Amino acid sequence: MKGSRSYAAAAARALQSKSIPGPESTTSLLRELVAHLRQNRTQLREEWARRITEAELLTAMTKEEVFAEATSVYDNYVEALETGTFEALQAYARNLSERIIPRGVETHEVIGIVLLLRDVLARSLFAKYQGDFTKLNRILDAYEPAANRIANTVSVGFVQERERIIREQQEAIRELSTPVLQVRERLLILPIIGVIDPQRARQLTEQLLRGIRTNRAKVVVIDITGVAAMDATVANHLVQTVEASRLLGATVIVTGLSPEIAQTLVTIGVDLGKMTTVGDLQGGIEEAERLLGYKVMQFSSDAVDA
Amino acid sequence: MDVPVLKQGPYLIATVQSALTDADLAQLRRTLVEQVGRYRSRGLIVDVTAVDVLDSFACRTLRDIAHMTGFRGAETVIVGIHADLAFAMVQLGLSLEGVATALDLEEGLAYLNRKQRAAKAAAPGLRPPAGKSPTRDRRGH
Repeated sequence: MKGSRSYAAAAARALQSKSIPGPESTTSLLRELVAHLRQNRTQLREEWARRITEAELLTAMTKEEVFAEATSVYDNYVEALETGTFEALQAYARNLSERIIPRGVETHEVIGIVLLLRDVLARSLFAKYQGDFTKLNRILDAYEPAANRIANTVSVGFVQERERIIREQQEAIRELSTPVLQVRERLLILPIIGVIDPQRARQLTEQLLRGIRTNRAKVVVIDITGVAAMDATVANHLVQTVEASRLLGATVIVTGLSPEIAQTLVTIGVDLGKMTTVGDLQGGIEEAERLLGYKVMQFSSDAVDA
Repeated sequence: MDVPVLKQGPYLIATVQSALTDADLAQLRRTLVEQVGRYRSRGLIVDVTAVDVLDSFACRTLRDIAHMTGFRGAETVIVGIHADLAFAMVQLGLSLEGVATALDLEEGLAYLNRKQRAAKAAAPGLRPPAGKSPTRDRRGH
């Protein structure tokens, strides 16, 4: 009876001491922790690098590179623990991501190595304070939230960087996917390649109408040789684009309708009567030149040595 | 809001400077059809560069103007339709069918000049007597 009461009292004391580590004591604990990490820097760093290699993470990088990066991550990690501010670490994580993403490092690897570091450090804490369970608990109370936050910061930084790159690439693809090219004074061509979804169709129209205005085009050749299939929505959109171009004073010639598309259009009954269509791009450009009053002729048959 | 109508050689140029009410549009139609006859114009340009909204009534009125002036001997060209406006009009099915359109005033004038030349070439009998226009005669031969 007595024994159990004293045990309960001790547990309560331990709990109390655990549950009210004021900000001051957390700070001092963190300081102690940082001092420990600084002291064992070399050993812990090596241990960490070894664990990374063991887990077969960062295989895209050489051993030396992994070690060098591990060192700077480690130092940044300790600094973040010490100062409690994450800006420097964030900047470093962004910088690191910029360097390693092009080399094909995956998200799981980055998260993996940060969690490994967390484990390695926690293990060293277990080893150091194995005799004093209460102290270990308090140290871990100080360490865990900070360590989790660091892991979070690094992972988020990596993912954000990745997303930024994806956004940039999407933008680039979108820009590239609808070029409006001037081939002669007042003659534009718009080669379309790939699948046209409603969003791309809208963008295409926008670019074309803007192009007509800026280049003062009279004739536009839309070449759809590279379009594999077309549904009713997109076909109607195409007809509308042709009509809108006419309102801006430009004539549109559509070229390169594949047999499949021609058949689809006839089957779904799209009214193509309003459009001028020519078999291939060459024919379309010749027709456009005729409309613009150009006459192209060969003045010498041996102009090119073939 | 009154729409100024300028006479430029054989053509009339009406520049719409803001959104028009239905009454303004009806007034514009009356004015233009009347003036085309008074000045014996061969062509009419309606410039809508300053307009960013054309509703169905406005489109119908523009089409009516084109057809009415056509009956009175002047071809109408609508110029300066904005790209966004053009696509919105087409989506609403207001595509001004049978009415000539051009990018801007300059293009509109070029279009009318081309039409005039073509008309003259197609009907040589309607040319002025030879003695009065020696330059044209020389070019003709």
